[in-house]
Amino acid sequence: MARLNVKIKDLELKNPVMTASGTFGYGLEFADLMPIDGIGGIIVKGTTLNPRQGNDYPRMAETASGMLNCVGLQNKGVDYFCEHIYPQIKDIDTNMIVNVSGSSPEDYAECAARIDALENIPAIELNISCPNVKDGGMAFGVTCAGAASVVKAVRQRYHKTLIVKLSPNVTDIAEIARAVEAEGADSVSLINTLMGMAIDIEKRKPLLSINTGGLSGPCVKPVALRMVWQVAKAVNIPVIGLGGISTAKDAIEFLMAGATAIEIGTANFLDPTVSIKVRDGINAWLDAHGCQSVSEIIGVI
Amino acid sequence: MKKYILDLKVKQVERIHQRYVLIKLTHETTLPEMLPGQFVEVRVDGSPSTFLRRPISINFVDRENNELWLLVATVGEGTKQLAKLKFGDVLNCVLPLGNGFTPARTGEKVLLVGGGVGVAPLLYMGAEMKRQGIEPTFLLGARTADDLLMLPIFNMYGRAYVTTEDGSMGEKGFVTNHSILSEEHFDRISTCGPTPMMKAVARYARQNNVDCEVSLENLMACGLGACLCCVEKTTEGNLCVCKDGPVFNIKKLLWQD
Repeated sequence: MARLNVKIKDLELKNPVMTASGTFGYGLEFADLMPIDGIGGIIVKGTTLNPRQGNDYPRMAETASGMLNCVGLQNKGVDYFCEHIYPQIKDIDTNMIVNVSGSSPEDYAECAARIDALENIPAIELNISCPNVKDGGMAFGVTCAGAASVVKAVRQRYHKTLIVKLSPNVTDIAEIARAVEAEGADSVSLINTLMGMAIDIEKRKPLLSINTGGLSGPCVKPVALRMVWQVAKAVNIPVIGLGGISTAKDAIEFLMAGATAIEIGTANFLDPTVSIKVRDGINAWLDAHGCQSVSEIIGVI
Repeated sequence: MKKYILDLKVKQVERIHQRYVLIKLTHETTLPEMLPGQFVEVRVDGSPSTFLRRPISINFVDRENNELWLLVATVGEGTKQLAKLKFGDVLNCVLPLGNGFTPARTGEKVLLVGGGVGVAPLLYMGAEMKRQGIEPTFLLGARTADDLLMLPIFNMYGRAYVTTEDGSMGEKGFVTNHSILSEEHFDRISTCGPTPMMKAVARYARQNNVDCEVSLENLMACGLGACLCCVEKTTEGNLCVCKDGPVFNIKKLLWQD
């Protein structure tokens, strides 16, 4: 049994496997099917200052080895989260991390500040990369100035571990990563979904209600891996890798490319127990290769 | 209700129609508790273009033989792959998911209206009613007599009325044209089938002040209420068909046409 624990700034993870926002609910939805406290962290649904209805149905289209979604940050707002959901998840014995989104730097900061007050939420993941909302989201994440402005505002009001989730829909993701590092981000996670599209040729209409959506699943993995490798070389803060991870082998690739931890997203839909299998698979690989600790393989590329 | 992820064993795959197969599954231990109207997310192996699991409604649970029946319309690559399953194959299922139909109470008259493959969950609903001593009434619609699925089995559990669009069996027309609707009063209608059919049934129910619930089948990804892809607009905002449904009372839906 190799040591699997890793650290993201002050955040201690019992193992490097987390579940990605929007793919694992609040963890509770999966509790019947697997030991949800067996993974290093659960990043819960995107939360905004005010409630959001999200986009119209249809919000999903299956694609080759992946899917498109345009959910659009449907959530009941941060106050609902604090009052009704937090009490249900605060005692889950792993890192419960909240993904925070907004439509202005002030919104982000206010939402983050309210979550800062919750004792058992040790970190937030700032979503400056949602491709499915008009106001904010990815708009901030595609320029250095926009990304920096949100992180700066949040950093003043949020005092725990601050992870910033980056968009792949940019020319140079390393540049954005450096910009958020400069404003005090403790870690970056990448990639959010790649913007895509699918068309029903009989109806001659897009399959998604807002025409475009975010692509996820195994099809995006090589792109995600390349970006994680580039960003890991460009910043000094820990990188969290995600994008199409469905097996322990995938996860190990990300770790070798420089990720300190990984998130599993779309694969949770195919196998709700996949995150535990990835954890066990990483451990088995380390044992088989005589590694004492997962840290021995992080960033070896 | 507790959810499970199980490798179920294929006991039988019966081609009951050109477009439909009946898959009977079993497990070495007793199958979990499941309610009529709930569904199963099945993993489709061997179809490269089928990425996500497929939600399939529970057609019947045969407790005596420890069997779960799934009635599958072979419409796309994924469901066509399911039709190729053979005795002894394994089908990975997450179950039971969603909320079922409102259970019938003693003395209630419940009409179960189905169309096409939508008749599937009504068999289990009717069978459970019968088990509790409440006689169900079925109203089943199809294009032709040949398209009426499992009619002899429906007849075993209650009165089954039929409409066909070409008049080849039962009354000619759509389910909402059937004379039973004007001749008898029902306390509740539970329906599953094509959306235009369910909307017509809902309209009838509203006009005649009959309690009515419909089973929706919006496109799903996770089946667990995590991804929020399968939402339906309701009086309570966007709700997940997979977790908050698939059965909804029409009062909750924004179907006012």
